Amino acid sequence: MSMKKLGAGLLATTILAGTVASAQDVTLTIESWRNDDLLLWQDVIIPAFEANHPGIQVEFTPSAPAEYNAVLNSKLEAGSAGDLITCRPFDASLALYEDGHLADLSDLEAMSNFSSVAQSAWQTDDGSVTFCVPMASVIHGFIYNADAFAELGLEEPTTVDEFFAVLDAIEEDGGYIPMAMGTNDQWEAATMGYNNIGPNYWRGEEGRLALIAGEQSLTDEAWVAPYRQLARWGQYLGRGFEAQTYPDSQNLFTLGRAAIYPAGSWEITGFNAQADFAMGAFPPPVPNAGDECYISDHTDIAIGLNPASPNAEAARTFLEWVGSEEFATIYANALPGFFSLSNFDVAMEDPLAQEFVSWRGECNSTIRSTYQILSRGTPNLENETWNASAQVIRGAETPEEAGQRLQDGLASWYEPQQ
Amino acid sequence: MNKARRNPVNIAAAHGILILYTVIALFPVFVILINSFKTRRAIFREPLALPDADSFSTVGYETVFNQGDFFGYFQNSMIVTVASLFFILLFGAMAAFALSEYRFKGNTLMGLYLALGIMIPIRIGTVAILELMVDTGLVNTLWALILVYTAQGLPLAVFILSEFMRQVSDDLKNAGRIDGLSEYTIFFRLVLPLVRPAMATVAVFNMIPIWNDLWFPLILAPAEATKTLTLGSQVFIGQFVTDWNAVLSALGMAILPVMVLYVIFSRQLIRGITSGAVK
Amino acid sequence: MRKPPIRWHILVFLAPAVLVYTAIMIIPLFNTLRLALFDEVDRTRVFVGLDNFRTLFGDPLWSDAFWNALGNNFWFFLIHMLVQNPIGILLAAILSHPRLRFAALYRTAIFVPTILSFVIVGFAWKLILSPIWGIAPGMMDAVGLDAFFLPWLGLEGTALTTLALISVWQFVGIPMMLIYAALLSIPEEILEAGECDGITGAAAFWKIKLPLILPSIGIISILTFVGNFNAFDLIYAAQGALAGPNYSTDILGTFMYRTFFGFQLQLGDPHMGSAIASAMFAIILIGVCIYLFGIQTRMRRYQF
Repeated sequence: MSMKKLGAGLLATTILAGTVASAQDVTLTIESWRNDDLLLWQDVIIPAFEANHPGIQVEFTPSAPAEYNAVLNSKLEAGSAGDLITCRPFDASLALYEDGHLADLSDLEAMSNFSSVAQSAWQTDDGSVTFCVPMASVIHGFIYNADAFAELGLEEPTTVDEFFAVLDAIEEDGGYIPMAMGTNDQWEAATMGYNNIGPNYWRGEEGRLALIAGEQSLTDEAWVAPYRQLARWGQYLGRGFEAQTYPDSQNLFTLGRAAIYPAGSWEITGFNAQADFAMGAFPPPVPNAGDECYISDHTDIAIGLNPASPNAEAARTFLEWVGSEEFATIYANALPGFFSLSNFDVAMEDPLAQEFVSWRGECNSTIRSTYQILSRGTPNLENETWNASAQVIRGAETPEEAGQRLQDGLASWYEPQQ
Repeated sequence: MNKARRNPVNIAAAHGILILYTVIALFPVFVILINSFKTRRAIFREPLALPDADSFSTVGYETVFNQGDFFGYFQNSMIVTVASLFFILLFGAMAAFALSEYRFKGNTLMGLYLALGIMIPIRIGTVAILELMVDTGLVNTLWALILVYTAQGLPLAVFILSEFMRQVSDDLKNAGRIDGLSEYTIFFRLVLPLVRPAMATVAVFNMIPIWNDLWFPLILAPAEATKTLTLGSQVFIGQFVTDWNAVLSALGMAILPVMVLYVIFSRQLIRGITSGAVK
Repeated sequence: MRKPPIRWHILVFLAPAVLVYTAIMIIPLFNTLRLALFDEVDRTRVFVGLDNFRTLFGDPLWSDAFWNALGNNFWFFLIHMLVQNPIGILLAAILSHPRLRFAALYRTAIFVPTILSFVIVGFAWKLILSPIWGIAPGMMDAVGLDAFFLPWLGLEGTALTTLALISVWQFVGIPMMLIYAALLSIPEEILEAGECDGITGAAAFWKIKLPLILPSIGIISILTFVGNFNAFDLIYAAQGALAGPNYSTDILGTFMYRTFFGFQLQLGDPHMGSAIASAMFAIILIGVCIYLFGIQTRMRRYQF
């Protein structure tokens, strides 16, 4: 009875959708939060796959990033989620795997195209099972208006002192807002602020792993110093930055009204389309001249298989393709700023993207400090870091207080920190 | 009659207050609409200026029309809204009549039971509702939305309608009973016409959250064929969030149909209100 | 003694509403609220009694957030009662004037914000108040109040009040319409009788109309209460699930959503989320009971 109804429902849906599908055709649905990329998937990526895989059709159905987790979890619980699931890094996906909502993909042939570091964001803690095919990482740094820098005779800063000297010079000139960032949405302060400049202070992986092991604490100088720098940012942001949203900041920069934009590499596509001036990029300045430099090269996005999918075989075929060189090249060039995590030597054409990726050779890479393990409990360290970073920039909390508050929150549930 | 109620100073003051509030109410809509017809630079340079020959641009609307099937989305929204309203009004009025007209055991409790639904955010029942729809094969059909909105709208409908039905004169109903009319005839022929203003009010109040809901279309019917206008424009806004031309045009597109719908319904609403008042 | 016959028509009148409502709202909702009494230990669901509530009210990590959200929610409600409902009544009173010209035009225009979705409202007001785009600062500059412009949505002290006023702007049409309908259904004879006794104008409003529309004012008060304590969308659309700055705009709805569904790296916790939803339910139920049993039954109703 219920099967009959189900059948009737499906039939009705098919008729409504008006798709003329032959019996053996399979349609795969991808769940994703990348609604910005809808067009690229529809026009570039999916046609490239379908051209060589007759009989498999792919549909990309993104929801807004903020709702993605809630929507996806509800659909998975009830059994109406798509065949392929776009994976957030670390614990969010790990929890899905442990609840049986992501399949074990360790035996996928394409997995050999990814280093263990690339896979680490989508593995069980012991590294025995990988459950998503890595797609891309994003790199943090600063994008600047090169025309404005030339006009004011400024150079890319390499140290923190030079960085503030540049900001002072722009402020003094008065023609540009020195830096485009707001605290209304909070996450920019943490992601493009704290985790952008921080690795230079806590020495990348060294500090991140020491924090996880409980050997360092968030009240240590290495973890408070980035807040001290953020506290100085406030005066260089635009008037009313407290209510400035993320799209506000993007527009402020691309309209040429602000000179520097604390960035993630994912901005490149949008900025290329909207800015009508030359742009350059520099990595986060180091505290002292000659210091070793560190960048946040964050494993950001991957794709996995819903074990409840009736089209598992076709889905695996798609996932093998996602791990291939063809996909890596298409994706990296369709979305400059999302850098392939594969071992292939992917040629990129975008100069700004090339600049970002060149830092991998000069600096040590690390990932965002709060993502692995440390955000498993309540209060959630990542979400608290958003709040603290915004608070510090607004001057509502001192760097020391912020560090203490985060440490207390972390220690309340994380044993190695107790 | 009514001489005392016509005082020129009072009338000027009344118009003054109403005009002031009308300006406040319409200003943000005005800002969105004029800017949706301007170039990106002009949007930022002079947000309050009307589009002129220099700054006029429909590039935003072009982006919107090239993306997604907005007419189809609109049709889905219409079907869902009208069908839900029909069931809410019919079932709601029947239940409200039972509660306000008859004394029976558990009357107050039943009233409270029917009101429970507006006290718990229905979002938390999402997973259970979705499971129900998956089991009955209604996922990605408009019926899933119609059923949820009907259930969601009933508490408020019963609440408001029973309040109004208590004000319907008992003499009228009893006269009907003496004439040998059945309870059903009394309800459909005598009472329903008298509570038309309240029905129109309930219709307008329920229309808004149904038309504007984002959550259940996203969860229950996200397929392209069943996307509602609100969901369609939300996906669109997410995709073009920094392209303000496109965003403002999408907002304009989302505002206009509801405005037209409202103007149509509002005629009915007012006719209902006035015909109810003049007996 | 004869048992009164079963009155089937009552059943027929109630059945459709009760069935649809029970199947699609009540059962799913209570199935979920039940989770408040459970917790997940080692990936299995175990019954923990009232432990989640003990955590919610006893653990400062949770209780601070809860009281903050509850306090904010009361402030949000207070602003609606003090601003939205009086403005709504005033507008309705003016509009119901029998010989007012353009009444239909005003009525339609004033109701427009109510029909807009939260996405549009949140976006439009963020634009207008944006210090970057400059409509609000520009307008204040034009009247010489430039110095008083603040990024209201971004400051802890003003963000919640600003959002409450935006919500008032959006919803003022609802009390206006309800009161308007109530005012129009007052029979002309009553007003004329009042006029014969020399009661006109403002006095007629206070002495005749206001007592007659009290039941409607009761309805809008309780609807405002229920609506405000369930509110979520506007704050979410404008400030996100973390309800910044520094949780100053966090209300019960956003707190519940964040906990139940999770946010960003924070995983959803249906058990604590349901505990918060149960607490919200209790608060609203108490409010509605006070209205149903304390106010509604004592209110005098007039049948016309």
